[in-house]
Amino acid sequence: MLADALLLQLGYNATLVTIGAALLGIASGVAGTFLFLRKRALVSDAISHATLPGVGLAFIFMVVMGGEGRSLFGLLLGAGVSAAFGLLCVQWLADRTRLGEDAAIGAVLSVFFGFGIVILTVIQTMNAGRQAGLEGFLLGSTAGMLRSDAILLAVSAALVLALVVILRRPLGLAAFDPGYAEATGWSLPRVDLAMMGIVLVVTVVGLKVVGLILIVALLIVPPVTARFWTERADHVVIIAGVVGGVSGYVGAASSATAPALPTGPIVVLVGFAIFLFSLLFSPRRGVLASLLTHLRYQRRVHVRQGLLALAQGQPIYEVLTRRLLERAGLVLPDGVPTPAGQAAASKALLDETRWAIVRGDQAYALAATRYDGLTPIEDVLTPDQLTEVDGKIDAPQVVA
Amino acid sequence: MNISLVTSQDTDLATRAASPLAVRGMTVSYGQTPAIFSVDMTVRAGAMTAIVGPNGAGKSTLLKAALGVIAPLAGSVTVFGEPMADMRDRIAYVPQRASVDWDFPVRVIDVVMMGMYRKLGLLGRIRGQHKALAQECLDRVGMADFAHRQIGQLSGGQQQRVFLARALAQEADIYVLDEPFAGVDAATEKAIIAVLQGLRDAGKTVLAVHHDLATVPDYFDDVLLLNTQVVAAGPVAEAFIEDNLQAAYGGRLTTARADPESVAG
Repeated sequence: MLADALLLQLGYNATLVTIGAALLGIASGVAGTFLFLRKRALVSDAISHATLPGVGLAFIFMVVMGGEGRSLFGLLLGAGVSAAFGLLCVQWLADRTRLGEDAAIGAVLSVFFGFGIVILTVIQTMNAGRQAGLEGFLLGSTAGMLRSDAILLAVSAALVLALVVILRRPLGLAAFDPGYAEATGWSLPRVDLAMMGIVLVVTVVGLKVVGLILIVALLIVPPVTARFWTERADHVVIIAGVVGGVSGYVGAASSATAPALPTGPIVVLVGFAIFLFSLLFSPRRGVLASLLTHLRYQRRVHVRQGLLALAQGQPIYEVLTRRLLERAGLVLPDGVPTPAGQAAASKALLDETRWAIVRGDQAYALAATRYDGLTPIEDVLTPDQLTEVDGKIDAPQVVA
Repeated sequence: MNISLVTSQDTDLATRAASPLAVRGMTVSYGQTPAIFSVDMTVRAGAMTAIVGPNGAGKSTLLKAALGVIAPLAGSVTVFGEPMADMRDRIAYVPQRASVDWDFPVRVIDVVMMGMYRKLGLLGRIRGQHKALAQECLDRVGMADFAHRQIGQLSGGQQQRVFLARALAQEADIYVLDEPFAGVDAATEKAIIAVLQGLRDAGKTVLAVHHDLATVPDYFDDVLLLNTQVVAAGPVAEAFIEDNLQAAYGGRLTTARADPESVAG
């Protein structure tokens, strides 16, 4: 069944929804990357919640004008206008008052959402129009998705991708170094406005698929996931697009396998699964890799400290140090160093002595910055420099 | 009376036309107290100028306002007599190192490349010549081997050099630096000052916020002493004198001399 779904064999509607969700995922992953890099991810939450009053008011407006109030385009236009207004409120509160951006986001988000719910409640008491389905904007509803909806998603996704390709340089620069961006003539307010505009488009067209509460996840989870796999902003954008697209495709396809499965939440859960995998297993930034690196580093420190203690004839108190030295065959169980241990110990001591000279000598200032207590000095200095350093060692060494 | 007024305006026009960066009547305020008040600054072409003053004197604010990074309450800026907006290509800016997030996913070479964004425009392709220029700029600051490192792996001094390389990549005429020596190692300080003096000797203009009073005469040609207002400005030999320093720093002069970092900022 899932295989059928992934191969788009579950009928017309399921195929439309799956392709639409994949396109939305790509667009939102790419657009969300710049929000994430600019450290303004939560602004998208304010934008999405601020769409709700617009949906309701657009419905009422269309009914008053004599229509049924079902035109998706009309509803989304209303959503866009009210989201833009919410965004302006956040911007104004953060710039012109003493409120921080977080407080401004919280205030706008809750007030707009509350207002939107009130309007939806009022609509339910209205006799005119066909209000059924407006709640679909909260959590998304893909059951009645039309070909035109899918085309709208495709066009918007293409638009978002084109805008990001065109604006990638100012967007990246504004995220990394806003002061420099401003000084080199990219107007920061305009760059931010463009970024928010792109996010707004994604949010509004995503309402039907995942709903306003969960669209934030599609904007934030892909870039955060992508960040685990690369150290380059341009790659973060691409990977985030892929993660978003895969989440949308797999999520929508899976939700089509059973009638009661909601599309939006499943899409978000698939994205979360990819995030979780990355968080744990990413080779450089993942939790597991960090843990292993830390343990390996800790062991090297313990061995080094143990060897230095041996060289200076001091007792080793730490159990871990003793166990590590023993396992490496450097000391016997009674704590007496083996010949290999003695050699390693005097080598460590020589290294330390050389480092002490290098660090105390201005001529080696650059090399001295690489001192970390573990790196062998041969890795940092040339053989010639080593001979020079050795010439400065006072013989015999006085060891406390 | 009228005539003399006109004459002084004409002289100032000429002065501003000759200056790579001229600021007139600049006031910036965060709230009700001004950070800088009615500052006039005329940077001399082909010279190295230091902006010096106690903590909170508005040194960085003056730079940022001159470059349009923050909006002033009042004041005008000209570059060789022209409005700043038309002359951005001639100015390279090195912000304070602490002003950016060093965990940002970007490599050293990409940061240097940012210096060419203005030339490249939105869609201009990055070609071999651009990469070669970026690499050369890294080489000039002694960071050629670090091109493909993530910037977070660099030490503070190395980060500062990368920022300088980015400014070099702009191939500008005027280099404006905000605390280039704050928190960097001695080797980096030497490398940076060598690059800056090289620029000056090639006819470029350098303007830097500086906090170490002891090195001002060694490093710089001109100095502007600032404490919200301009206390003194001119060649180091004339302006960097005890009376002026006393006027700028007041009771903090001894501390400033003993521990330059304490007045950085």
